Amino acid sequence: MNWTVVQRILGLLLMMFSGTMLPPILVSLIFDDQSWLPFVQGFGLTLLAGFVFWLPVRNAHQDLRLRDGFLVVASFWTVLGTFGAVPLFFADMPTMTLTDAIFESMSGLTTTGATVLTGLDSLPQSVLYYRQQLQWLGGMGIIVLAVAVLPMLGVGGMQLYRAETPGPVKDTKLTPRITETAKALWYVYAAFTILCMISYKLVGMNWFDALCHAFSTVAIGGFSTHDLSIGHFNSTAIDLVAVFFMFAAGINFSLHFFTWRHVQIKHYASDPEFRAYVFMLLTVSFVVIASLYWNGTYTTASDSFINGLFQAVSIATTTGYTTANYAAWPGALPVLLIIASFVGGSAGSTAGGIKVIRCLLIAKQGVREIVRLVHPSAEIPVKLGNAAVPFRVVDAVWGFFSLYVVVFGILLLAMLAMGLDQVTAFSAVAATLNNLGPGLGDVAAGFMTVGDKAKWVAILGMLLGRLEIFTLLVLVTPTFWRR
Amino acid sequence: MKILILGAGQVGSSAAYHLSREEPNEVTVVDTRADVLRELQDRLDIRTVVGHAAYPEVLDRAGANDADIIVALTDADETNMIACQVAYTLYHTPTKIARIRSAEYMSAKKLFTQDAIPVDVRISPEQLVCEYVEQLILYPGALQVLEFANGRVHLVGARADRDGLLVGQRIATLKEHIPNTEGRIAAIYRAGRSLHADGDTIIQEGDEVFFIAARQDIRVFMSEMRKLEDPVRRVVIAGGGNIGLRLALALEQTNQVKIIERNTKRARYISEQVAKAIVLVGDAADEELLLEENVDNVDVFCALTNAEEANILSAMLAKRLGAHKVMALINRPSYAELVESGSIDIAISPQQITIGSLLAHVRRGDVLKVHSLRRGAAEAMEAVAHGGEKESKVVGKKIEDIKLPQGTNIVSLVRGERVINPHHDTVIETDDHVILFMTDRRKVESLEQLFQVKVSFV
Repeated sequence: MNWTVVQRILGLLLMMFSGTMLPPILVSLIFDDQSWLPFVQGFGLTLLAGFVFWLPVRNAHQDLRLRDGFLVVASFWTVLGTFGAVPLFFADMPTMTLTDAIFESMSGLTTTGATVLTGLDSLPQSVLYYRQQLQWLGGMGIIVLAVAVLPMLGVGGMQLYRAETPGPVKDTKLTPRITETAKALWYVYAAFTILCMISYKLVGMNWFDALCHAFSTVAIGGFSTHDLSIGHFNSTAIDLVAVFFMFAAGINFSLHFFTWRHVQIKHYASDPEFRAYVFMLLTVSFVVIASLYWNGTYTTASDSFINGLFQAVSIATTTGYTTANYAAWPGALPVLLIIASFVGGSAGSTAGGIKVIRCLLIAKQGVREIVRLVHPSAEIPVKLGNAAVPFRVVDAVWGFFSLYVVVFGILLLAMLAMGLDQVTAFSAVAATLNNLGPGLGDVAAGFMTVGDKAKWVAILGMLLGRLEIFTLLVLVTPTFWRR
Repeated sequence: MKILILGAGQVGSSAAYHLSREEPNEVTVVDTRADVLRELQDRLDIRTVVGHAAYPEVLDRAGANDADIIVALTDADETNMIACQVAYTLYHTPTKIARIRSAEYMSAKKLFTQDAIPVDVRISPEQLVCEYVEQLILYPGALQVLEFANGRVHLVGARADRDGLLVGQRIATLKEHIPNTEGRIAAIYRAGRSLHADGDTIIQEGDEVFFIAARQDIRVFMSEMRKLEDPVRRVVIAGGGNIGLRLALALEQTNQVKIIERNTKRARYISEQVAKAIVLVGDAADEELLLEENVDNVDVFCALTNAEEANILSAMLAKRLGAHKVMALINRPSYAELVESGSIDIAISPQQITIGSLLAHVRRGDVLKVHSLRRGAAEAMEAVAHGGEKESKVVGKKIEDIKLPQGTNIVSLVRGERVINPHHDTVIETDDHVILFMTDRRKVESLEQLFQVKVSFV
């Protein structure tokens, strides 16, 4: 373990992160909401902490090893959740306990979107903006951003990138240089955000709401500036814009990058993960819309369509916006939606969950076993498109899946032990581990009613989900620390 | 610059290492072995593509479309040649470099034209290594002998010992020792670190000194650094592979050459090729065989087999048995460092030798020769100053006015046929060949910019 290098990079990252507390100050001044002080405090504290970290080891220039990468990413996300909470903790409006502030900050950064706040509409604009910005930074990944703007990370950038990016195959680079890859991802991400903001504005939001919601839509976060989430606007056009951008942000960003570079779109259709993703969304939406209509939850077909579509896309991509109280929907629908969130979005997107490609691979393996029963001596590779998937990847998918299940089980038990009822506990774990946001039962609207201990379990769940378990879990294994 | 490297073998991966360390390069490596590529990508900031290097589809995926340079370094000459042809025909890649091992292809010069097999630069590592060892044998005592400006200037590295005339004295006294030459000291390394040398620097025993000299002066200069060794007469070559055989053929007329080859069939083949050299069948690490063949009287023992560990061991054994000087072919830089200062006199690194000739073509500006020194940490290069005083950043300027990066020296100038010993007030003219020594290779980018002509000059 190369402690000094890890410490130096942590310091640098913290100093970089402190810069993200400056825009809220600007927002505060523009709206004159009198709450700029906590952000100044947050900025100063974070900058100072980063500087103190960095100063003694500023000359440590060795390369980052594989293990150091995990340590940097895992500890940075933990530290980040804490420092991100500083302005929320210091703010007069809202008044939050430390647990609540850290929960809110972590929920933002991990793009979960679960909240402990009520009365959002009356909060100062700067605080609202800050929450949305946290989601935006966490969406594409703040480490990926750091790799893009801090060129001296060099080869070490790859180790960090791998530890943060979601998906089973992390070696594919869009460009030969890791910095260029990270930049390309952020350009695409930023372009989507701007497009989304303009679209929101065109269909009737004001600029502030448009920007804030663009942040959390493209990040697949789910924070809103209103208690009623997107439902506040009560506008079909806004719903449809949100659906489109949630859908787009759940696609692998390397596909978008390809579009951007080569100005063509036919490669989407040939990508197996994209096809599975679309198929899943269409199926879930269809089932939800049809059952809403037949059960008579909504009287008109168009109401069923728009509410069903919006909720299906929002929950299945793990965004977590709501326009309707879906927890009260009839029959299997609420649980169906929660289960869809386990699949989540594509690898390399901003969505949470297990990721479509892993589920696809697992399903294909199931099919393979069936074919094997019929043709016992056949050689049947697992294929994606026309290419066989390497054994290592398939193994890794199974390893990930089994850990996901185990972690889910443990967190569920912990939630139950904290006194939550079964439905609430189950959905609370799903909502946090999948970075979804809203759950069912007591956590349908948010986590304000659950106890502090359960909140800490939720914080752990969100972090595990965002870093795809392995990055965090590898740190608690003896192998990692053995020299 | 976008560079495509085909083949992730020893030379391929070391080329990827060197090129990707330079900031503006974007390197993509193609190979059929996914595991090798994965391991490489873990270490280097590059992109990798799995596939057969000559297939158009694979080249397309690797970005041949907008690549500036394609470097074909796969094991098969044929794959390398076809890959260059595919790149030229389909993607009009400007520069195509290929490793071609077989002397049979290399000797047919007409083959490599744009309308036949469009390979701009052909690299034969065996030939390069062979020439390198030949130079070392020709100038005993030298650690490295590198040619510039078609052999008009030589850069020689040697370790100073207590018998050198200059050792323990100021560098300025060199002029008094050798009044009529155009040579000079280019760089000094003490305990592995480069020293900022001027006229008052005192050379100590154990220093690694690089000096510039014309061919006929090398021996005189060498005597300044260490006790002059007798010309080499008896040479034993362990390993009769391509390099061993080539070297034997090159040396057998002037020296007494023995080749030790383990494989009977191969030994038979070699014996048919050589005219005077003696071919021995046996193990180069066999003490009895070495003693029987009077290894204690051998001037140079070269271990040149494919297995570097075997080379190290047999060279160490030969040294212990009394061989005067031993050399071993070692690929891994870490091994080379391990043995060179101690039990083995000279470690020959084929990668380092090959990479230099490759780097010359990747450099921007008109760079004719690049030699990689001290395992890639330092570099010597020959660049041509183009353009007039307006377009160029070097032409028409005194050397002291040129903004050279730190750790870089102009060590020699060649103007037409004439070799000029540069002083601080020497003015550089158009078409001068400037020979530079860089102690820090990371500065190479700013040096390249210096020798680039502004766009207006076309």
